[in-house]
Amino acid sequence: MSSPLLAVSGLTKRYRRGGKTIAAVDDVSFDIEPGETLALAGPSGSGKSTIARLLLRLIEPDAGRVEFEGGDFLSLNGAALRAQRARLQMVFQDPLAAFNPRASVARVLDDPLRIHGIASRKERPRRIAALLERVGLSADLAGRAIHEISGGQRQRVAIARAIATKPSLIVLDEAVSALDVSVRRQILQLLLDLQREERIAYLFISHDLGVISAIAHRVVILDAGRTAESGDARAVIDAPQSAIGKALVAAAPKLNRTSKDSDAADRQ
Amino acid sequence: MTALLSIRDLTVTYRRDGSEVAALKHVSLDVAAGERLAIIGESGSGKSTLALAIAGLLPASARIGGRIDWFLRSPSSWGAKAPPSVLPDISPSRGEIALSSPPSPISKVAGRDPTAKLPISPLEGEMSGRTEGGLMERDAQKSAAKPTHIPLGGRDIGFVFQDPSASLDPVMAVGEQIAEVAHAHLGLTWSQSYARAKTLLERVRLPDPDAALRAFPHQLSGGQKQRVAIAAAIAAGPKLLIADEATSALDTIVQAEIVALIRQLVAEDGMTLLFVSHDIALAAELAERIAVCRHGELVELGATAQIIASPRHAYTRALLDAHLGLDAEPLLERAGASR
Repeated sequence: MSSPLLAVSGLTKRYRRGGKTIAAVDDVSFDIEPGETLALAGPSGSGKSTIARLLLRLIEPDAGRVEFEGGDFLSLNGAALRAQRARLQMVFQDPLAAFNPRASVARVLDDPLRIHGIASRKERPRRIAALLERVGLSADLAGRAIHEISGGQRQRVAIARAIATKPSLIVLDEAVSALDVSVRRQILQLLLDLQREERIAYLFISHDLGVISAIAHRVVILDAGRTAESGDARAVIDAPQSAIGKALVAAAPKLNRTSKDSDAADRQ
Repeated sequence: MTALLSIRDLTVTYRRDGSEVAALKHVSLDVAAGERLAIIGESGSGKSTLALAIAGLLPASARIGGRIDWFLRSPSSWGAKAPPSVLPDISPSRGEIALSSPPSPISKVAGRDPTAKLPISPLEGEMSGRTEGGLMERDAQKSAAKPTHIPLGGRDIGFVFQDPSASLDPVMAVGEQIAEVAHAHLGLTWSQSYARAKTLLERVRLPDPDAALRAFPHQLSGGQKQRVAIAAAIAAGPKLLIADEATSALDTIVQAEIVALIRQLVAEDGMTLLFVSHDIALAAELAERIAVCRHGELVELGATAQIIASPRHAYTRALLDAHLGLDAEPLLERAGASR
């Protein structure tokens, strides 16, 4: 039995709002194994994105422990934190908001290679070309500005940047939610290929159970900051036990491609 | 089936970086009165351009060819009262969707609007539809006189945008934003308009309508704001409700609630619904007919059941295959998964 890559226990984050204290994340615990995809699902305000921000140390928790690669992640500071951040990367929903839109693709990919001392200046253009090819983009794209390329290409660049530092875990916060369905499927396939080949684990944050059922091994369903239920993704989606799990499954748009929809036909 | 509007050979071209980009190419489509029609497609398919063209909300820089004919019965009060409005989706300058005769009073109102010719913000730019107004009017005058009147945005067409934070005025109380529509288009007094606003807030099921009347948009959740935007859109009793990706920014549960609400309001008020979405499964749950757009062309149009069960166009099939439903074939090879 290997130890988990990420072990989160009792994670809690409270905010004061209008004299009242609200727990955005309330005693949440989960593990992620190397090479595994754990999905965090739940409606708006359930605490999904707060957990992502806590894991990235963008905000600090009020209580709880985060162990990453066997060490206490929450006590890291300065150079030690920077070094571990190379191993824990992030892809956001909107890469146009995450990057300087006027920066070139090469610049966006050069930053992590330089900051983390991964490649020398001479070596970096070759590494950038290799990263672009790794995510299915042409190396010719390096000179283009972020705002000039399509949304799908931008999200591939975001993934290339995330894998540039050879992470063991990538937090993906609604990373495919804004993409067209056909592009979304390609990006999910890319994530799966990278996971298989590099054994990267994903914390996949989404409100879309369809996407989760397609790529996650396990799921944690959150409601108002608390864990409502968790388990094997297929099992939870097929037979949700919690009220919020049932509501999420009921709300997912379903395509019935075989039956006749008399309601639709009767107007013609 | 009575047509509400008829689109023929509609072509919309934008100028971008000095070159012309056709956002819509020769689209012809009839919208039946009282139907729920979905327009679906991916980015760049032209679906939103089509919705904006129908609502007369295309930017002034857009070049428009073809025609849109409306079959609206003339209400006695039309054109009588159209003071400037603060709500982007009910601005009188949008009256220029005006595609059938007689054209005059609306363009006069728009001409008086001091902001109409000064696109100081992208939104304002979008609101003024000068170019196509003129162009289409010429077309319209050629056509035989019909018992129709010019559709006016806000009164005849309600428009719900994707982002209610952008379409609601952040510094105006919600009640006033809804009341204003009734005041402007129905000629009600302000106290009647506020009473109507409260009824509308009840109809869109805001938890505490009295408190909501006085609330500002930032005090409401995303779903509540979209309910307010819907209340404002239907406040003047429009014939046509256009929802352009109106649920796309909401989480799945709120999305399902808003779709149910739209369905109910459309049925109760006998409105025609144009539901613009990238999500074919969501469209199929709501619409009776689906129009599929791709690269500015209408590639397939049919009854929902036919589109879903036996699509004729390869692109429609591709969209259906790309949908990731709860029952979709997982991309993940579970057996070989590393755990």
